[in-house]
Amino acid sequence: MTEKLHEISVEVNGVRREGRVPARLSLVDWLREGLRLTGTHVGCEHGVCGACSILLDGEPVRACLMYAVQARGHRVRTVEGLSSPDGTLSPLQEAFCEAHGLQCGYCTPGMLIAAQALLETTPHPTDEQIREAIGGNLCRCTGYEQIVEAVRLAAERTR
Amino acid sequence: MKSPAFEYTRAGSVEEARALLARHGRDAKILAGGQSLVPMMAMRLLRPEMLLDINGIEALKYVEIDPVEARTGACARQVTLERDDALFQRVPLLRMALKCVGHTQTRNRGTVGGSLAHADPSAELPLVALVLGARLRLGSSSGRRELAAREFLTGAMSTAARPDECLEEIGWPVWPERRTGASFLEVSIRHGDFALVAAAAQVALDAQARCIRASFGLAGIGATAIAFPGLAGRLVGTKLEDDAIHEVARTAASEISPGSDMHASSEYRRHLARVLVTRILRAARDKAVAS
Repeated sequence: MTEKLHEISVEVNGVRREGRVPARLSLVDWLREGLRLTGTHVGCEHGVCGACSILLDGEPVRACLMYAVQARGHRVRTVEGLSSPDGTLSPLQEAFCEAHGLQCGYCTPGMLIAAQALLETTPHPTDEQIREAIGGNLCRCTGYEQIVEAVRLAAERTR
Repeated sequence: MKSPAFEYTRAGSVEEARALLARHGRDAKILAGGQSLVPMMAMRLLRPEMLLDINGIEALKYVEIDPVEARTGACARQVTLERDDALFQRVPLLRMALKCVGHTQTRNRGTVGGSLAHADPSAELPLVALVLGARLRLGSSSGRRELAAREFLTGAMSTAARPDECLEEIGWPVWPERRTGASFLEVSIRHGDFALVAAAAQVALDAQARCIRASFGLAGIGATAIAFPGLAGRLVGTKLEDDAIHEVARTAASEISPGSDMHASSEYRRHLARVLVTRILRAARDKAVAS
Protein backbone atom coordinates (compact mmCIF):
# COMPACT_ATOMS: atom_id res chain seq x y z
CA MET A 1 0.00 0.00 0.00
CA THR A 2 1.40 3.38 -0.89
CA GLU A 3 0.58 5.94 1.72
CA LYS A 4 -0.36 9.45 0.84
CA LEU A 5 2.37 11.95 1.71
CA HIS A 6 1.64 15.30 3.32
CA GLU A 7 3.76 18.39 2.76
CA ILE A 8 4.85 20.02 5.99
CA SER A 9 6.86 23.07 6.85
CA VAL A 10 8.01 23.38 10.44
CA GLU A 11 10.38 25.76 12.19
CA VAL A 12 12.88 23.51 13.94
CA ASN A 13 15.48 25.14 16.20
CA GLY A 14 15.00 28.42 14.38
CA VAL A 15 15.35 26.96 10.87
CA ARG A 16 12.46 26.33 8.50
CA ARG A 17 12.42 22.66 7.53
CA GLU A 18 10.28 21.06 4.86
CA GLY A 19 9.19 17.48 4.67
CA ARG A 20 6.86 14.99 2.99
CA VAL A 21 5.45 12.61 5.54
CA PRO A 22 2.88 9.85 5.79
CA ALA A 23 0.12 10.76 8.25
CA ARG A 24 1.05 7.98 10.65
CA LEU A 25 4.66 9.15 11.12
CA SER A 26 5.16 10.47 14.64
CA LEU A 27 6.80 13.84 15.12
CA VAL A 28 9.71 12.28 16.96
CA ASP A 29 10.36 9.82 14.14
CA TRP A 30 10.39 12.68 11.63
CA LEU A 31 12.82 14.69 13.76
CA ARG A 32 15.15 11.71 14.18
CA GLU A 33 14.89 9.97 10.83
CA GLY A 34 13.79 12.74 8.50
CA LEU A 35 15.93 15.54 9.90
CA ARG A 36 18.63 13.37 11.57
CA LEU A 37 18.13 15.26 14.82
CA THR A 38 18.81 12.21 16.95
CA GLY A 39 19.21 14.08 20.22
CA THR A 40 15.54 13.56 21.01
CA HIS A 41 15.15 9.98 22.22
CA VAL A 42 12.36 7.50 21.66
CA GLY A 43 11.51 5.44 24.70
CA CYS A 44 8.08 3.98 25.18
CA GLU A 45 6.34 5.45 22.10
CA HIS A 46 3.07 5.78 23.99
CA GLY A 47 3.47 8.84 26.13
CA VAL A 48 4.69 7.39 29.40
CA CYS A 49 8.45 7.93 29.65
CA GLY A 50 8.99 11.53 28.52
CA ALA A 51 12.28 10.81 26.69
CA CYS A 52 10.89 12.34 23.48
CA SER A 53 9.92 15.68 25.06
CA ILE A 54 10.34 18.73 22.83
CA LEU A 55 9.17 22.32 23.01
CA LEU A 56 6.21 23.01 20.73
CA ASP A 57 5.62 26.74 20.45
CA GLY A 58 7.61 27.03 23.68
CA GLU A 59 5.65 24.47 25.72
CA PRO A 60 6.96 20.99 26.54
CA VAL A 61 5.04 18.17 24.85
CA ARG A 62 5.66 14.53 24.03
CA ALA A 63 6.80 14.18 20.42
CA CYS A 64 5.62 10.55 20.26
CA LEU A 65 2.02 11.66 20.86
CA MET A 66 1.86 13.96 17.87
CA TYR A 67 1.99 13.10 14.22
CA ALA A 68 4.56 15.02 12.21
CA VAL A 69 1.79 16.28 9.93
CA GLN A 70 0.29 18.06 12.95
CA ALA A 71 3.43 20.13 13.47
CA ARG A 72 2.81 22.00 10.22
CA GLY A 73 3.22 25.71 10.82
CA HIS A 74 4.45 25.30 14.41
CA ARG A 75 7.76 26.03 16.12
CA VAL A 76 9.72 23.08 17.49
CA ARG A 77 12.78 23.22 19.71
CA THR A 78 14.72 20.05 20.41
CA VAL A 79 17.63 19.35 22.71
CA GLU A 80 19.96 20.31 19.84
CA GLY A 81 18.48 23.80 20.10
CA LEU A 82 19.54 24.27 23.72
CA SER A 83 23.30 24.65 23.12
CA SER A 84 24.86 27.46 21.08
CA PRO A 85 25.47 26.88 17.37
CA ASP A 86 29.19 26.40 18.12
CA GLY A 87 28.35 23.57 20.49
CA THR A 88 28.85 25.44 23.76
CA LEU A 89 26.54 23.88 26.33
CA SER A 90 23.83 25.96 27.96
CA PRO A 91 24.08 26.72 31.70
CA LEU A 92 21.43 24.07 32.30
CA GLN A 93 23.38 21.47 30.34
CA GLU A 94 26.59 22.42 32.19
CA ALA A 95 24.75 22.00 35.47
CA PHE A 96 23.62 18.49 34.47
CA CYS A 97 27.28 17.56 33.83
CA GLU A 98 28.50 19.04 37.09
CA ALA A 99 25.78 17.65 39.31
CA HIS A 100 25.91 14.23 37.64
CA GLY A 101 22.32 14.64 36.52
CA LEU A 102 22.71 11.70 34.17
CA GLN A 103 24.25 8.27 33.96
CA CYS A 104 23.16 6.38 30.85
CA GLY A 105 21.78 9.54 29.25
CA TYR A 106 18.64 8.05 27.78
CA CYS A 107 16.23 10.31 29.63
CA THR A 108 18.53 13.35 29.48
CA PRO A 109 17.12 15.15 26.41
CA GLY A 110 13.62 14.91 27.86
CA MET A 111 14.79 16.02 31.28
CA LEU A 112 16.62 19.00 29.77
CA ILE A 113 13.56 20.05 27.79
CA ALA A 114 11.28 19.74 30.82
CA ALA A 115 13.73 21.71 32.96
CA GLN A 116 14.30 24.32 30.26
CA ALA A 117 10.56 24.94 30.00
CA LEU A 118 10.34 25.31 33.77
CA LEU A 119 13.23 27.77 34.01
CA GLU A 120 11.86 29.92 31.21
CA THR A 121 8.62 30.56 33.12
CA THR A 122 9.96 30.09 36.66
CA PRO A 123 13.62 31.17 36.82
CA HIS A 124 13.88 30.37 40.55
CA PRO A 125 11.77 27.31 41.18
CA THR A 126 11.25 25.55 44.48
CA ASP A 127 12.28 21.90 44.74
CA GLU A 128 8.61 20.99 44.57
CA GLN A 129 8.22 22.89 41.30
CA ILE A 130 11.30 21.16 39.90
CA ARG A 131 9.92 17.74 40.86
CA GLU A 132 6.55 18.62 39.36
CA ALA A 133 8.18 19.78 36.10
CA ILE A 134 10.15 16.55 35.62
CA GLY A 135 7.32 14.41 37.03
CA GLY A 136 6.41 13.17 33.56
CA ASN A 137 9.94 11.99 32.76
CA LEU A 138 11.28 8.62 33.82
CA CYS A 139 14.91 8.06 34.80
CA ARG A 140 16.06 4.59 35.84
CA CYS A 141 19.64 5.53 36.79
CA THR A 142 19.93 8.57 38.98
CA GLY A 143 17.07 8.22 41.42
CA TYR A 144 16.26 11.80 40.34
CA GLU A 145 18.12 13.50 43.19
CA GLN A 146 21.02 14.69 41.05
CA ILE A 147 18.63 15.84 38.34
CA VAL A 148 16.78 18.02 40.83
CA GLU A 149 20.15 19.25 42.07
CA ALA A 150 21.26 20.08 38.51
CA VAL A 151 18.15 22.17 37.84
CA ARG A 152 18.57 23.90 41.20
CA LEU A 153 22.21 24.64 40.34
CA ALA A 154 21.31 26.08 36.94
CA ALA A 155 18.68 28.30 38.58
CA GLU A 156 21.10 29.50 41.25
CA ARG A 157 23.64 30.54 38.63
CA THR A 158 21.19 32.90 36.99
CA ARG A 159 20.53 34.73 40.23
CA MET B 1 4.54 0.79 18.54
CA LYS B 2 3.79 2.71 15.37
CA SER B 3 0.29 3.78 14.42
CA PRO B 4 -1.38 1.91 11.58
CA ALA B 5 -1.95 3.85 8.37
CA PHE B 6 -4.91 6.20 8.30
CA GLU B 7 -6.23 8.98 6.19
CA TYR B 8 -5.58 12.38 7.74
CA THR B 9 -8.02 15.24 7.37
CA ARG B 10 -7.90 18.65 8.96
CA ALA B 11 -11.05 20.59 9.78
CA GLY B 12 -10.57 24.34 9.70
CA SER B 13 -13.92 25.28 11.21
CA VAL B 14 -16.78 23.81 13.24
CA GLU B 15 -18.96 23.71 10.11
CA GLU B 16 -16.29 21.83 8.21
CA ALA B 17 -15.87 19.34 11.05
CA ARG B 18 -19.62 18.73 11.11
CA ALA B 19 -19.74 18.23 7.35
CA LEU B 20 -16.78 15.81 7.41
CA LEU B 21 -18.35 13.84 10.24
CA ALA B 22 -21.64 13.63 8.37
CA ARG B 23 -19.76 12.02 5.50
CA HIS B 24 -17.09 9.97 7.28
CA GLY B 25 -18.29 9.73 10.90
CA ARG B 26 -18.58 5.94 10.99
CA ASP B 27 -14.97 5.40 9.86
CA ALA B 28 -13.38 8.43 11.50
CA LYS B 29 -12.10 9.31 14.94
CA ILE B 30 -11.75 12.90 16.03
CA LEU B 31 -8.15 13.84 16.83
CA ALA B 32 -8.06 16.51 19.54
CA GLY B 33 -5.09 16.50 21.94
CA GLY B 34 -4.29 12.91 21.05
CA GLN B 35 -2.90 12.08 24.49
CA SER B 36 -5.08 8.98 24.76
CA LEU B 37 -5.98 8.39 21.12
CA VAL B 38 -2.39 8.30 19.80
CA PRO B 39 -1.20 5.71 22.37
CA MET B 40 -4.23 3.58 21.52
CA MET B 41 -3.32 3.86 17.85
CA ALA B 42 0.31 2.96 18.61
CA MET B 43 -0.83 -0.10 20.54
CA ARG B 44 -3.17 -0.95 17.67
CA LEU B 45 -6.17 -0.92 19.98
CA LEU B 46 -7.82 1.37 17.44
CA ARG B 47 -7.59 1.31 13.66
CA PRO B 48 -9.83 4.06 12.35
CA GLU B 49 -9.72 4.65 8.61
CA MET B 50 -9.55 8.37 9.13
CA LEU B 51 -8.43 10.84 11.76
CA LEU B 52 -10.20 14.16 11.69
CA ASP B 53 -7.88 16.73 13.25
CA ILE B 54 -9.76 19.55 15.00
CA ASN B 55 -6.67 21.20 16.51
CA GLY B 56 -6.81 23.98 13.95
CA ILE B 57 -10.31 25.11 14.97
CA GLU B 58 -9.63 28.18 17.07
CA ALA B 59 -13.38 28.58 17.67
CA LEU B 60 -13.30 25.48 19.90
CA LYS B 61 -10.59 26.76 22.27
CA TYR B 62 -12.34 29.42 24.34
CA VAL B 63 -13.09 29.81 28.04
CA GLU B 64 -16.07 32.08 28.79
CA ILE B 65 -17.44 32.72 32.24
CA ASP B 66 -20.80 34.20 33.18
CA PRO B 67 -22.68 34.11 36.50
CA VAL B 68 -24.45 30.85 35.61
CA GLU B 69 -21.76 28.74 33.98
CA ALA B 70 -18.25 28.59 32.65
CA ARG B 71 -18.22 27.48 29.02
CA THR B 72 -15.15 25.81 27.61
CA GLY B 73 -14.62 24.94 23.99
CA ALA B 74 -14.08 21.22 23.59
CA CYS B 75 -10.61 21.74 22.10
CA ALA B 76 -9.39 24.07 24.87
CA ARG B 77 -6.15 22.66 26.25
CA GLN B 78 -6.17 21.30 29.77
CA VAL B 79 -3.30 23.66 30.62
CA THR B 80 -5.43 26.65 29.57
CA LEU B 81 -8.11 25.77 32.12
CA GLU B 82 -5.54 24.92 34.76
CA ARG B 83 -3.91 28.35 34.52
CA ASP B 84 -7.14 30.38 34.34
CA ASP B 85 -7.51 32.19 37.69
CA ALA B 86 -11.02 33.50 36.94
CA LEU B 87 -12.13 29.95 36.15
CA PHE B 88 -10.56 28.72 39.39
CA GLN B 89 -12.60 31.31 41.28
CA ARG B 90 -15.87 30.08 39.80
CA VAL B 91 -15.27 26.36 39.20
CA PRO B 92 -12.40 25.45 41.54
CA LEU B 93 -12.79 21.70 41.03
CA LEU B 94 -11.39 21.97 37.51
CA ARG B 95 -7.93 23.14 38.53
CA MET B 96 -7.87 20.74 41.48
CA ALA B 97 -8.67 17.82 39.20
CA LEU B 98 -6.39 18.91 36.35
CA LYS B 99 -3.36 18.84 38.67
CA CYS B 100 -3.88 15.06 38.72
CA VAL B 101 -4.40 14.65 34.95
CA GLY B 102 -1.18 13.27 33.48
CA HIS B 103 1.81 15.61 33.48
CA THR B 104 2.70 19.08 32.27
CA GLN B 105 3.71 17.68 28.87
CA THR B 106 0.41 15.87 28.36
CA ARG B 107 -1.74 18.72 29.71
CA ASN B 108 -0.10 21.10 27.24
CA ARG B 109 -1.67 19.07 24.43
CA GLY B 110 -4.56 17.26 26.10
CA THR B 111 -7.98 18.84 25.73
CA VAL B 112 -10.99 19.05 27.99
CA GLY B 113 -13.38 17.66 25.42
CA GLY B 114 -11.02 14.87 24.48
CA SER B 115 -10.82 13.65 28.04
CA LEU B 116 -14.61 13.62 28.35
CA ALA B 117 -15.15 11.94 24.97
CA HIS B 118 -12.49 9.32 25.78
CA ALA B 119 -14.50 8.47 28.93
CA ASP B 120 -11.87 6.51 30.82
CA PRO B 121 -13.52 5.12 33.99
CA SER B 122 -10.73 6.45 36.19
CA ALA B 123 -10.38 9.85 34.50
CA GLU B 124 -10.68 13.03 36.52
CA LEU B 125 -12.59 15.38 34.20
CA PRO B 126 -15.61 13.08 33.67
CA LEU B 127 -15.85 12.83 37.47
CA VAL B 128 -15.89 16.61 37.85
CA ALA B 129 -18.47 16.86 35.04
CA LEU B 130 -20.75 14.41 36.87
CA VAL B 131 -20.35 16.03 40.27
CA LEU B 132 -21.09 19.50 38.93
CA GLY B 133 -23.80 18.37 36.51
CA ALA B 134 -21.94 19.77 33.50
CA ARG B 135 -23.84 20.24 30.24
CA LEU B 136 -22.19 18.71 27.17
CA ARG B 137 -23.08 20.31 23.85
CA LEU B 138 -22.69 18.20 20.75
CA GLY B 139 -22.83 19.46 17.19
CA SER B 140 -23.57 17.72 13.92
CA SER B 141 -24.73 18.71 10.48
CA SER B 142 -28.31 18.26 11.72
CA GLY B 143 -27.86 20.71 14.60
CA ARG B 144 -26.86 20.94 18.20
CA ARG B 145 -28.05 19.04 21.23
CA GLU B 146 -27.23 19.15 24.88
CA LEU B 147 -26.71 16.24 27.26
CA ALA B 148 -26.13 16.16 30.99
CA ALA B 149 -22.83 14.54 31.93
CA ARG B 150 -24.63 11.49 33.32
CA GLU B 151 -26.46 11.03 29.99
CA PHE B 152 -23.27 11.51 27.99
CA LEU B 153 -21.10 9.05 29.92
CA THR B 154 -22.70 5.71 29.12
CA GLY B 155 -19.94 3.26 30.05
CA ALA B 156 -16.24 2.51 30.06
CA MET B 157 -14.73 4.35 27.07
CA SER B 158 -18.18 4.91 25.63
CA THR B 159 -20.44 7.91 25.34
CA ALA B 160 -23.81 8.86 23.91
CA ALA B 161 -22.17 10.84 21.09
CA ARG B 162 -23.28 9.63 17.67
CA PRO B 163 -20.64 8.92 15.00
CA ASP B 164 -21.62 12.11 13.16
CA GLU B 165 -21.37 14.28 16.27
CA CYS B 166 -18.53 16.25 17.80
CA LEU B 167 -18.47 17.40 21.41
CA GLU B 168 -18.18 21.16 20.94
CA GLU B 169 -18.76 22.84 24.27
CA ILE B 170 -18.93 22.00 27.94
CA GLY B 171 -20.95 24.16 30.33
CA TRP B 172 -19.65 23.92 33.90
CA PRO B 173 -22.25 25.21 36.37
CA VAL B 174 -21.10 28.04 38.64
CA TRP B 175 -22.62 27.73 42.09
CA PRO B 176 -24.14 31.06 43.08
CA GLU B 177 -23.95 30.43 46.85
CA ARG B 178 -21.40 32.72 48.45
CA ARG B 179 -20.02 30.17 50.88
CA THR B 180 -18.94 27.22 48.81
CA GLY B 181 -16.01 24.86 49.13
CA ALA B 182 -14.64 22.16 46.86
CA SER B 183 -12.14 19.37 47.20
CA PHE B 184 -10.56 16.78 44.92
CA LEU B 185 -8.36 13.88 45.99
CA GLU B 186 -7.09 10.75 44.37
CA VAL B 187 -4.82 7.84 45.15
CA SER B 188 -2.62 6.58 42.32
CA ILE B 189 0.54 4.51 42.15
CA ARG B 190 2.56 7.58 41.16
CA HIS B 191 1.38 11.18 40.85
CA GLY B 192 -0.04 11.67 37.34
CA ASP B 193 -0.87 8.00 36.84
CA PHE B 194 -4.41 6.75 36.43
CA ALA B 195 -6.32 7.00 39.68
CA LEU B 196 -6.98 3.84 41.65
CA VAL B 197 -9.81 5.85 43.14
CA ALA B 198 -10.55 9.56 42.72
CA ALA B 199 -13.11 11.61 44.63
CA ALA B 200 -14.57 15.10 44.15
CA ALA B 201 -16.96 17.14 46.27
CA GLN B 202 -18.50 20.58 46.41
CA VAL B 203 -20.68 21.96 49.21
CA ALA B 204 -22.43 25.25 49.95
CA LEU B 205 -23.32 26.63 53.38
CA ASP B 206 -25.75 29.27 54.60
CA ALA B 207 -24.82 32.07 57.00
CA GLN B 208 -25.30 29.69 59.96
CA ALA B 209 -22.87 27.19 58.37
CA ARG B 210 -25.71 24.81 57.61
CA CYS B 211 -25.30 22.84 54.40
CA ILE B 212 -27.70 24.03 51.70
CA ARG B 213 -26.23 22.10 48.79
CA ALA B 214 -23.83 19.20 48.38
CA SER B 215 -22.54 17.01 45.60
CA PHE B 216 -19.85 14.37 45.51
CA GLY B 217 -18.71 11.46 43.38
CA LEU B 218 -16.09 8.80 42.79
CA ALA B 219 -14.08 7.54 39.80
CA GLY B 220 -12.07 4.38 39.32
CA ILE B 221 -14.71 2.25 41.00
CA GLY B 222 -16.78 1.05 38.02
CA ALA B 223 -17.46 1.49 34.33
CA THR B 224 -18.01 5.23 34.75
CA ALA B 225 -17.54 7.76 37.50
CA ILE B 226 -20.55 7.92 39.82
CA ALA B 227 -22.17 10.84 41.61
CA PHE B 228 -24.26 10.24 44.72
CA PRO B 229 -27.10 12.79 44.64
CA GLY B 230 -29.25 10.85 47.12
CA LEU B 231 -26.52 10.55 49.72
CA ALA B 232 -25.39 14.13 49.17
CA GLY B 233 -29.00 15.19 49.78
CA ARG B 234 -28.82 13.66 53.25
CA LEU B 235 -26.14 16.18 54.14
CA VAL B 236 -28.36 19.14 53.32
CA GLY B 237 -29.66 20.70 56.51
CA THR B 238 -26.80 19.33 58.63
CA LYS B 239 -23.76 21.29 59.71
CA LEU B 240 -21.64 18.67 57.98
CA GLU B 241 -20.54 17.26 61.30
CA ASP B 242 -17.92 14.53 61.08
CA ASP B 243 -20.48 11.90 62.11
CA ALA B 244 -22.81 12.79 59.23
CA ILE B 245 -19.90 12.72 56.79
CA HIS B 246 -18.68 9.35 58.09
CA GLU B 247 -22.12 7.86 57.69
CA VAL B 248 -22.47 9.09 54.09
CA ALA B 249 -18.95 7.90 53.20
CA ARG B 250 -19.63 4.45 54.66
CA THR B 251 -22.87 4.17 52.72
CA ALA B 252 -21.29 5.35 49.46
CA ALA B 253 -18.53 2.75 49.82
CA SER B 254 -21.11 0.03 50.45
CA GLU B 255 -23.04 0.95 47.29
CA ILE B 256 -20.17 0.47 44.83
CA SER B 257 -18.67 -2.71 43.45
CA PRO B 258 -15.19 -1.78 42.23
CA GLY B 259 -13.11 -4.19 40.19
CA SER B 260 -9.82 -5.80 41.13
CA ASP B 261 -6.62 -5.61 39.11
CA MET B 262 -2.89 -6.02 39.66
CA HIS B 263 -2.71 -2.60 41.32
CA ALA B 264 -5.59 -2.77 43.77
CA SER B 265 -8.15 -5.25 44.98
CA SER B 266 -11.85 -4.51 45.07
CA GLU B 267 -11.71 -4.35 48.86
CA TYR B 268 -8.85 -1.86 48.81
CA ARG B 269 -10.69 0.37 46.33
CA ARG B 270 -13.78 0.26 48.52
CA HIS B 271 -11.65 1.23 51.49
CA LEU B 272 -10.13 4.13 49.52
CA ALA B 273 -13.61 5.23 48.46
CA ARG B 274 -14.75 5.53 52.08
CA VAL B 275 -11.59 7.31 53.20
CA LEU B 276 -11.48 9.70 50.24
CA VAL B 277 -15.17 10.64 50.46
CA THR B 278 -14.68 11.41 54.15
CA ARG B 279 -11.65 13.57 53.42
CA ILE B 280 -13.08 15.53 50.49
CA LEU B 281 -16.34 16.30 52.28
CA ARG B 282 -14.46 17.53 55.34
CA ALA B 283 -12.05 19.56 53.21
CA ALA B 284 -14.89 21.07 51.16
CA ARG B 285 -16.75 21.95 54.38
CA ASP B 286 -13.68 23.57 55.92
CA LYS B 287 -13.07 25.65 52.80
CA ALA B 288 -16.69 26.78 52.72
CA VAL B 289 -16.56 27.71 56.41
CA ALA B 290 -13.41 29.74 55.82
CA SER B 291 -14.78 31.48 52.72
